[in-house]
Amino acid sequence: MEQFAALIDALVYTRSRNEKLRLIAEYLQATPNPDRGWALAALSDGLDFSAVKSSTIRNLLKDRIDPVLWTLSRDFVGDTAETASLLWPAPEHPPSPPGVTETVELLEAMNRKTVVTELPRLLDRLDASGRYALLKLATGGMRIGVSSRLSKTAFAQAFDVSVDEVEEYWHGLAPPYPELFDWAAHGEAPPDMANLPTFRPFMLAHPLEETVLDLADYAAEWKWDGIRVQLVRAGDETKLFSRSGDDISATFPELLDVLPFPAVLDGELLVRGTHQGGKEGGAASFNALQQRLGRKTVSKKMLAEAPAFVRLYDVLLLDGEDLRALPWTKRRQSLEKLMDRLPESHFDLSRVVDARDFEHLGEIREGSRDDAIEGLMLKRKDSPYIAGRRVGYWYKWKRDPLLVDCVLMYAQRGSGKRSSFYSDYTFGCWDGDPDAGADLLPVGKAYSGFTDEELKKLDRHVRQNTVNRFGPVRETDKSLVFEVAFDSVHDSKRHKSGLAMRFPRIHRIRWDKPPHEADRIEALKALIKD
Amino acid sequence: MAAAPFSWIKPEPHGIHIVPADCWVDPSRAVDRALVTHGHADHARGGHGQTVATPETLAIMELRYATRDGATPVAYGETIRLPGGVDATYIPAGHVLGSAQILLEHAGERVIVTGDYKRRHDPTCPPFEVTPCDIFITEATFGLPVFCHPPIKDEMAKLLDRLAAHPDSCVLVGAYALGKAQRVIAELRRAGHRDPIYLHGAMEKMCRLYEEHGIDLGELRLVADHAKDDMRGSIVICPPSALNDRWSRRLPEPITAMASGWMRIRQRARQRNVELPLIISDHADWGELTRTIQEVGAQENWITHGREDALLRWCQLHQKRARALAMVGYEDEDD
Repeated sequence: MEQFAALIDALVYTRSRNEKLRLIAEYLQATPNPDRGWALAALSDGLDFSAVKSSTIRNLLKDRIDPVLWTLSRDFVGDTAETASLLWPAPEHPPSPPGVTETVELLEAMNRKTVVTELPRLLDRLDASGRYALLKLATGGMRIGVSSRLSKTAFAQAFDVSVDEVEEYWHGLAPPYPELFDWAAHGEAPPDMANLPTFRPFMLAHPLEETVLDLADYAAEWKWDGIRVQLVRAGDETKLFSRSGDDISATFPELLDVLPFPAVLDGELLVRGTHQGGKEGGAASFNALQQRLGRKTVSKKMLAEAPAFVRLYDVLLLDGEDLRALPWTKRRQSLEKLMDRLPESHFDLSRVVDARDFEHLGEIREGSRDDAIEGLMLKRKDSPYIAGRRVGYWYKWKRDPLLVDCVLMYAQRGSGKRSSFYSDYTFGCWDGDPDAGADLLPVGKAYSGFTDEELKKLDRHVRQNTVNRFGPVRETDKSLVFEVAFDSVHDSKRHKSGLAMRFPRIHRIRWDKPPHEADRIEALKALIKD
Repeated sequence: MAAAPFSWIKPEPHGIHIVPADCWVDPSRAVDRALVTHGHADHARGGHGQTVATPETLAIMELRYATRDGATPVAYGETIRLPGGVDATYIPAGHVLGSAQILLEHAGERVIVTGDYKRRHDPTCPPFEVTPCDIFITEATFGLPVFCHPPIKDEMAKLLDRLAAHPDSCVLVGAYALGKAQRVIAELRRAGHRDPIYLHGAMEKMCRLYEEHGIDLGELRLVADHAKDDMRGSIVICPPSALNDRWSRRLPEPITAMASGWMRIRQRARQRNVELPLIISDHADWGELTRTIQEVGAQENWITHGREDALLRWCQLHQKRARALAMVGYEDEDD
């Protein structure tokens, strides 16, 4: 556990992505199985131990130190695992620390009753860093700035294999991934995925900036506003995965017995309605779909009121055959033929948008706002299906953004290449007539949309016009106007303004515009479409 | 007519008021007569008519405010008689150069105002002296049980190990310009580090002042006088505010470190983008605060600033009388 704890500590304090990759890769190379497999699982998807919850830790601590002192400490530190690691009364002569695998086995063996005696025994064997690593590992997500993708990339780097291949096998394997290490580190045959209903990484699109495409080479489809899903059937089991590869089957049970043959299908999950594209479009708003997301169980009422279906974009595997290397046109033919074998109740086909030429397509796109559709997708007709985002194959061409003038209210320093600059901005609109004493209410946050030169000027503006500090946050004198671009705006109970913008970014910095001429909340409310 | 006990001393939001002397301890605004515990700006404001402090603290204030008007020096162990029959004695507090607890005596009653203090060894100032009193007025900057400052030699070893592992970089240490910076340098020297140490311009005068007071800091150089390559493999010290500033871009691939008691908390370090947290503080940690309250054994403990809730709770659990004073203007974000 000491090396794992040292790795976690080093990762916590490292900002550079390359350095994080190096640290993880070195650990994976130097650590034996199955320790490194468990560590990889903890860093990527997180491990889950049913007996250990945040409340378990809290209760253990409250039995050992004054509950009031515990609560004050927890509030200040802001993290239960870290507070507990600092406050745990360590024995004077701690027994020898456990290894990672021993730790995982002990945690797995705990139940709600035994955890009360067994977890303390484990904590007694570790120092503060070790206790932190243990409690983070035991309660799932590490939250130390390491994404699942980064861990896999580090694994690929450590053993000189392709990260795409790692992704391909990953979702069919379980921690501590012995097959993955056998293949990558010891040159054995790759794991066999054929009969497993596992997630295949999505092919993603680049935004189309100024490029003009030839429609002889590209096909266009609508970009529907739902969630991208993958429906997989293999070995008599069907599973539904989200864009990140999370298994969301339980949330949409109506889709689990409607795919009658082995396949991997790519599509947009939508709810029946007429919001997007009218009657012909046949899909409700994103907000309607959102009511169904994140639920572990679904009521009958919900199933009846908001029935879900999949609008199909692509087919990756079909009847045991891998179609991903084929050009898009061939896969599209297979998909069209496939529709006869699928029930209309739960599937339809994302139709191809016909246009005479690119200019005509642009006109069609202009109309997409009235149809409440996000925009268009452009797919090169000869493109294979490749995991991730590759230049030149797929583009998303969103409709032009909405614009609103907001006033800069708060700023925070950024990370990565924006570190040391105030680059994260919170902006607001007036809740009435600013000349009659109205206030600004925050309506959104943006971190992008400006050049490096503009960033330097913005940073200077924030530093010279600070009126208040709250920890890392600076409140400015509210003298600068941003023209903010965003895709859409929705009702939200979570924000004081009652609004939530989707994808806000800085469109233009209006150095010239006086703040009282910025927009009011009502103007923004008028743009709500749901 | 006998006055009520301790009615001669009144905590006010802007300082501790000694009524018969019409005099304030560490007032946060200008007054006619101030007793100042130490030179940090939040305790030693400028513009007082008379300032009573140790000679070292007065020298620090002169450096900052460019005036000695009204300066009245009192050496450690010395007592000064104030108007209204109040005696003030300055006792080492172990916080920074010149820092003192002030023992106030009037009508047979003894009150100590600690200012800021610590109980650990510090080569740049004499150690805190436990002094019996009736009312002990203590700080509580690190008044939570999560704060436990490790031995400073462990932190120095961390710093020197990192330096040795990255000979082409420099380690940039953010440290409070008064006290922390000089203590870190002195401890590095004690740990056997003989190389030149580079300073941000804002550190220079205070380091010279420490040297004039007999504290050997070894060879110090200014960053501004040197090329990037000169500083590879070196330690550079700057104020915490310069850590993430564009100023640091003139340094060779700096590894960002910060010397502060707050570094005990991971998120605090991450908030400041610190890669190498050094848990070094000039304030008492939880163990020191509670031990000091026990050793001083006052009838009553008043808590000026910091995490007073938790220290109050501890006093309650240990049957010690205590109250929190609502003091404004003391900030220790960078310590």
